[in-house]
Amino acid sequence: MEDIRIGVFICHCGTNIGGFLDVLSLVEYTKTLPNVTFATDNLYTCSEVGLSVIKEKIKEHDLNRVIVASCTPRTHEPLFRSTCQEAGLNPYLFEMVNIRDQCSWVHMKETEAATEKAKILLSMGVAKASLLQPLEKFTIDINPTALIIGGGIAGMTAALNLANQEFRVILIEKEQELGGLLRYLYKLYPTHDNASKVLEIRNLVENHQKIKVLTSTEPVKIEGFIGNYKVSVKRRDEIYDINTGIIIVATGAQVLKPEGLFGYNGSNIITQLELEQLLKENKINVKNIAMIQCVGARNEERRYCSNICCMTALKNAMLIKELKPDANITILFRDIQTQGTTYEEYYRKAREKGITFIKYIPEKLPIVKESNIEVYNDYLNQDISIPYDMVVLSTPLIANPDSENLAKMLKVPLEENHFFLEAHVKLRPVDFATDGIYVCGSAHWPKDIPDTISQAYAAASRASTIISKNVLEVEGAIAEVDEDLCIGCGICIKICPYNAISKDENGIAHVTEASCKGCGLCGATCPEKAITNHHFTTKQILAQILASGGK
Amino acid sequence: MSFEPKILGFLCNWCSYAGADLAGVSRVQYPTNIRVIRVMCSGRVDPVFVVEALATGLDGVIVMGCHPGDCHYIDGNYEEKMKLDLLSKALQLIGLSGRFRLEWVSASEGVRFGQVVTNFTEQIKNEGASPFSGSKPNQKLKEDLEAIKRTLSDNRLRTLVGRERTITEFGNVYEEIIEFEEYEKKIDDALNSEFLRNKILIKLEKEPLSVKDLSKSLNIESSLILEHVVSLKAKNLIDFNRIDGITPYYHALKEAL
Repeated sequence: MEDIRIGVFICHCGTNIGGFLDVLSLVEYTKTLPNVTFATDNLYTCSEVGLSVIKEKIKEHDLNRVIVASCTPRTHEPLFRSTCQEAGLNPYLFEMVNIRDQCSWVHMKETEAATEKAKILLSMGVAKASLLQPLEKFTIDINPTALIIGGGIAGMTAALNLANQEFRVILIEKEQELGGLLRYLYKLYPTHDNASKVLEIRNLVENHQKIKVLTSTEPVKIEGFIGNYKVSVKRRDEIYDINTGIIIVATGAQVLKPEGLFGYNGSNIITQLELEQLLKENKINVKNIAMIQCVGARNEERRYCSNICCMTALKNAMLIKELKPDANITILFRDIQTQGTTYEEYYRKAREKGITFIKYIPEKLPIVKESNIEVYNDYLNQDISIPYDMVVLSTPLIANPDSENLAKMLKVPLEENHFFLEAHVKLRPVDFATDGIYVCGSAHWPKDIPDTISQAYAAASRASTIISKNVLEVEGAIAEVDEDLCIGCGICIKICPYNAISKDENGIAHVTEASCKGCGLCGATCPEKAITNHHFTTKQILAQILASGGK
Repeated sequence: MSFEPKILGFLCNWCSYAGADLAGVSRVQYPTNIRVIRVMCSGRVDPVFVVEALATGLDGVIVMGCHPGDCHYIDGNYEEKMKLDLLSKALQLIGLSGRFRLEWVSASEGVRFGQVVTNFTEQIKNEGASPFSGSKPNQKLKEDLEAIKRTLSDNRLRTLVGRERTITEFGNVYEEIIEFEEYEKKIDDALNSEFLRNKILIKLEKEPLSVKDLSKSLNIESSLILEHVVSLKAKNLIDFNRIDGITPYYHALKEAL
């Protein structure tokens, strides 16, 4: 049995603790606790002097566990851990007791009771520290390769970006050529560049020596973890395996075909996408054109705003006006959503050019008749009739039908409309919870070209933080399965939020160290109690409970 | 001196513990009764920990995690809620559910953290001192709590709760989904029968008893006791001790844990 020698450093934090707790009596009390070899107080434990005292005392008293009783581990644990490490102690043999944020500061008028509480917190800390075990941070090798799924503008941009950083990139596209939806567009808002000009990136991608493009290729099986994914892809009925360090999902979206809505017929009642084709071929030869916004969007079935349709309608209306200045264009809208200065200015310009805007309300949808549209005008409070030769329906981008399958293979979530769901909207906007998998473009949410390109850069940048390393250090406080106790029920595999647990060839659960984040969910759920959550073991927690003064 | 309860809090690192720190930074004042164990996720809190804490004589236990949807580990708090719902049911069986609470407190809710702790401290003051503290702990209740602890440690309920989402949300391998009400009924049945079995086992660990003895001491119909005795015997957990006249006596095969 190892001789446990705990050193306890109790901080005054100036007067933040010392002004409200009897620190000296805490020191005396701590000395009476089991396994405590040394206890002292410091004015500021986190100061240069305080830290060197810790290091000194570790050597002087041959301490093998260290406790600092001061502020919160959420801010100061890393500092004290590295101090321990500098003194040759495993950083996981450090424990922190919070007697400031959760004691002296919240019981400022009760010195006696607060000091008693601090004693209990100290004894809980000592109880845990006595059972702490040294842990090693795992290192995993990183395959410096990026696999990008989807060869639209998002995937191509990310691929080029990574390839220009000298990473090996494999870009797979299910269709026969790269380009995605961009191939079908005429000009792009707000600059009216030709889509074909932006599409020139295709040549750069196809001819880049660091990029391997595989068209007519789809993933069929994905396994592995950050740095070491193995993706089986199917290409013309043959299966190939690709090894990669990271995966970027850039599968895009598709345009809703409004079958059964507003008399859609594909000839004179068409979608914006179909209009782009007519514009490309300069085949607009009608005078009265009406556009209807939010077709099949922002309703019960699809509650979301598709983000791109207002600007697309404005753009196409203006382009028609350029080609045919005498055209009468009416846009029936619910809300025009043109955020930012550029887009709002663009909207103003469209109005200047004589495009008519009529607001309709969802309770009284426009009715498309044979040669006119009847619509209730909310501003005039009356029905009006708009003659048309052509109606253009602005339909939303919807998730690709194969998203669900891909999400299952990647084990990442989709949101309610089947777009890919990031790990955190603000903190990790292009990451998935599973490390080493990223998302960009309209697979994530309907986006226009500028947003897609920005997000592709973001995903490439996030990916490069991984594949630029040879090895990755991962958390040491993770879960471990006792193979003798595990019965292979598979519950932990299902509940692990990070897909970090899988069955080995004997049907026994196995934790992938690289994927585990140490949340402890598996340990608290395992029916056989076969899982140890290191640094938060059942033994340690029970010792804390016992020391918390119940008896 | 007024009764000052001893309260244990399990706080998740990312939300509630941060909320408690914020209470400190904001100098929110609350009673000194709570002592905290930090865990990375509320999902780490095995219901057995709460039972253990109550068994040691702590007067109340509160578990705090991130609000639904805010979990740092995606849905650890959701999984935890399912486990603790079962714990509440189990504690209800022995009248101790008032000593336990689950709360969601975010990192920005310093003031609310203080309120929750103050409020829970009041609640526990009203509950009074733990029946397991002091010089004369309630022995019968102690046995009951031990039976609850074993029930929550045993494979059967842990498996049921561990599979709750598979059963009620995602569907099993045959893609069958069971209605939540039906699932809950299964949980209740399992809880009641495991609780009784463990109570029987605890009695039989102490001394050999007949079905009639058990029925009398547990105040439960002998037919129900017999049913469980038969199944405990089939599971090799108890065996015949002797036959007195025509009455068989049983004893537990394993020593108390």
